[in-house]
Amino acid sequence: MSEYILDVTDVDKNFGGLRALSDINLRVKEGTVHAIIGPNGAGKSTLLNVIVGRLTPNRGRVLLGDQVLTGKHPYEINQLGVARVFQTPEIFPELSLLQNVMVPAFAKRDGEFKMGFLKSLFAEKEIREQAEHLLEDVGLIEHQDQIASSMSRGDKRRLELAMCLGQHPKLFLLDEPTAGMSRHDTNRTIELLQRIKERGMTKVIIEHDMHVVFSLADRISVLAQGAIICEGTPEEVRNDPRVKEAYLGGEAV
Amino acid sequence: MDAIFLQILNGLDKGGAYALIALGLTLVFGTLGVVNFAHGAIFMMGAFCAVTVEKILTLSVRVKDESVTFFDAYKETPYLEVWFGDTGAAIIDWSVPLSIILAIPVMLLIGIVMERSLIRYFYKRPHADQILVTFGLAIVLQELVKAFFGANPIPQGAPDVVAGSAAIGAVFGLGEAVVYPWWRLIYLAFSLVTIGLVFSFLHFTTYGMVVRAGMADRETVELLGINIERRFTIVFGMAAVVAGLAGVMYTPVLPPDYHLGMDFLVLSFVVVVVGGMGSLPGAVLAGFLLGILQSFSSMTEVKDIFPGIDQVIIYLVAVVILLTRPRGLMGRRGVMES
Amino acid sequence: MTHTKIASPKQDILYMAILSAVVLTMPIWLQPFGAAYPDLMQKFMIFGIFAIGYNILFGLTGYLSFGHAAFLGVGSYTAVWSFKLLSMNVIPALIFGTVLSGLFALAIGFVSLRRSGIYFSILTLAFAQMSYNLAYSVLTPITNGETGLQLTQGDARVLDRMAGIQADASLPTPNLFGIEGIGYSGFYICAALMLISFFIYLRIFRSPFGLKLRAIKSNQNRMGYTGYNTRPYLMTAFVISGMYAGLAGSLLAVTDPLAGAERMQWTASGEVVLITILGGVGTLIGPLLGAGIIKYFENILSAFNDSVLQNAFSFLPDWLAHGLASVLGLFVGDGWHLTLGLVFMLIVIFLPGGIMEGISRLWRLVSSSASSTDDKEKEQPSTKEA
Repeated sequence: MSEYILDVTDVDKNFGGLRALSDINLRVKEGTVHAIIGPNGAGKSTLLNVIVGRLTPNRGRVLLGDQVLTGKHPYEINQLGVARVFQTPEIFPELSLLQNVMVPAFAKRDGEFKMGFLKSLFAEKEIREQAEHLLEDVGLIEHQDQIASSMSRGDKRRLELAMCLGQHPKLFLLDEPTAGMSRHDTNRTIELLQRIKERGMTKVIIEHDMHVVFSLADRISVLAQGAIICEGTPEEVRNDPRVKEAYLGGEAV
Repeated sequence: MDAIFLQILNGLDKGGAYALIALGLTLVFGTLGVVNFAHGAIFMMGAFCAVTVEKILTLSVRVKDESVTFFDAYKETPYLEVWFGDTGAAIIDWSVPLSIILAIPVMLLIGIVMERSLIRYFYKRPHADQILVTFGLAIVLQELVKAFFGANPIPQGAPDVVAGSAAIGAVFGLGEAVVYPWWRLIYLAFSLVTIGLVFSFLHFTTYGMVVRAGMADRETVELLGINIERRFTIVFGMAAVVAGLAGVMYTPVLPPDYHLGMDFLVLSFVVVVVGGMGSLPGAVLAGFLLGILQSFSSMTEVKDIFPGIDQVIIYLVAVVILLTRPRGLMGRRGVMES
Repeated sequence: MTHTKIASPKQDILYMAILSAVVLTMPIWLQPFGAAYPDLMQKFMIFGIFAIGYNILFGLTGYLSFGHAAFLGVGSYTAVWSFKLLSMNVIPALIFGTVLSGLFALAIGFVSLRRSGIYFSILTLAFAQMSYNLAYSVLTPITNGETGLQLTQGDARVLDRMAGIQADASLPTPNLFGIEGIGYSGFYICAALMLISFFIYLRIFRSPFGLKLRAIKSNQNRMGYTGYNTRPYLMTAFVISGMYAGLAGSLLAVTDPLAGAERMQWTASGEVVLITILGGVGTLIGPLLGAGIIKYFENILSAFNDSVLQNAFSFLPDWLAHGLASVLGLFVGDGWHLTLGLVFMLIVIFLPGGIMEGISRLWRLVSSSASSTDDKEKEQPSTKEA
């Protein structure tokens, strides 16, 4: 088993004539936080989509530990231990917060399919307590019986975090987890993410907010025009001239 | 050979009706984003426009029958004949083509009223709600027609001049025995012309171009400051006119009854899906294609090999298409898929 | 708004007890409504089963099937064949009817569930129309075409003959070890089955499985990224609802051993959609209410005719009575479907949650006027946007 939990090798992704990702190589060590930054349209979300199986790359492969992810369905990839929060929260709007968190917990325990339709939800004490615990963690416990669609955008994001955390993923992908949040909420989220950092979960974060990036990341990759132009510790990246170029405008390249 | 030729004609004929209904369905879906289950009912109401016109034209009075001399006999004679003699009789004879004059404004009005009073409130609701409310509307419309016209089919005659059959075989060098009803040829021509008109409207007028642009990207068109909603109302009205005229002209082929709409609706939806949701050429192509397939499968030679194939062929094709080419023959990607 | 709190099994037992009491005493309390005769009450039960089964699919997963009548039809045909070939006992008929419909649903679901949204609706509709057309044409040896499949004196009834039950001069009636499938005893057979079906349905609603189905309806995309293979879930829901439809179909044959193809027509599929929507999609008791209300008014209104109306308005001046009668006459008797269509449209437009939503709105209105403490919080979650 390699020391890297996520191993992306030589990945290309084309949309028609457009090359969205070219020759991406990315290795993430277990237990670290890896941030991916880059200007809009650089291919950050496309990369995440390739990892979770929403998109199939034209070339290259993705490994989780020593298991191949490329070509698997999203649900199989999740069952192998990859969870993701999306740029716009993907939750279950019609369900209560508690139910929202219970559903992923069931997936973790029961696998991709389990019939058992005569069992009572009420009897699932463990799952329920676990869900309540998670809601407490993200500070939503007092709203547990409310319908998710009635929550604010920031609350929905935190709910989605709780849903993913309940699965104890090996690899946790976060697509701009603080976008559209107030300063206060952002800080709370950072604090929360720092707490899970201590639990030894590997995280890959896409983020625009440099405050978030530099307070969380162990390593940073900079993506521009579909290619990784620079990778290193926050300190290295901060001082790299190529990064400034990429952010300030393409004409300099 | 002769049989095949006739079956193709037959299929084109039926296909013409499918294509005209499917065209309207697609137009409404593509522009307004509404799945209209009441579109079949509009077709049916068109057919009953023809019935109404005929009923009005043949309003009758009891007149003494002069040919009976032994006693006083009376017969029902339409006012038109009483007043205008042979001219009146000719007008009655031409009632189906004449109905078109009435049907155009009436169907336009029905379409616009429907869109303004009901459909527009459903633009933002889920497709399931649209299906359900228009399904309800279809029931209401067909029950109203049933209440006024009764449950039985009401036969309509084509004008005498074209009531017979055309010796079409001679024209195509297939022998004198190959004949085909005139009216059905007219129907085929009519559907082709109507389809042509709709397409030229959409392609060669500015108005049509805006509508097509709206079909492709509604938001951008609205950002350009064009009141796309009002145009869409007109589009809905136009779809209603097309379906209505298809109904008027179909009456001599198939006597209309109140569930005519539902019968055609199910098939037309299948046509739309096969053609590709939101694709106008797809709808036309699929309409004719399925019409031809259906008439071929009703040949005895085919039925001997696959019993019952004529009953299910259209649905079977739809199933195969949906599973292998979810977008339909000419559809765009991702339309209506969640 | 409704299912936010997880119900305890104790609550559910109470629920079942109340429902059983209400259903089993129907012959008494329906009397003042003029609906306490067996035929109608059987229909309440049978269409109740059909509708709750449909609700498992449409209400929980949001997949709008327009072809459920096909399963109803298969259930009826199978049951009648079971009467003809095996025995007049209802047990084999019900078992075969349910199982065969389930298998049929498995086949149709396997294909239809490859697509979602309106495509799923059209696929199911296409299959149902195919079944209907075939039942009328090539399958006549099995379905007896337009006449419909019925019992005859000369039927084999192998099991009955082995048990030494001799046919007498009249046609035998379906029975449960001697308890006849018609009349009040027929109603109680239907009621018992309805209660059993409802109990299973309740358990499904309350199970993790039911929660997952609702999650699929809410956000199928998320389900994939949460590690669920949604297809087998949908498949199970589809087959279960097909079996409910099959059971309902066989019960139709039990109460009246005659099966016709019109039972499979898409208008019949439309009816179960109407029933479910009217009652309240996705609510527990809504579909039962819907079935009761639609069957009741169908019965009452279609029995009306112009002369009844004329009599009703006889206290008015003649011309007015005549006018009123002819206007109202549109909506009753044969025009009952017009009323149904109108009501259905009104429900979809103004009350998409059906009668159950209406009741809960009323209840909220009453309770908020009773206690004028801040109800803002309570109302918030009910804003349902799709």
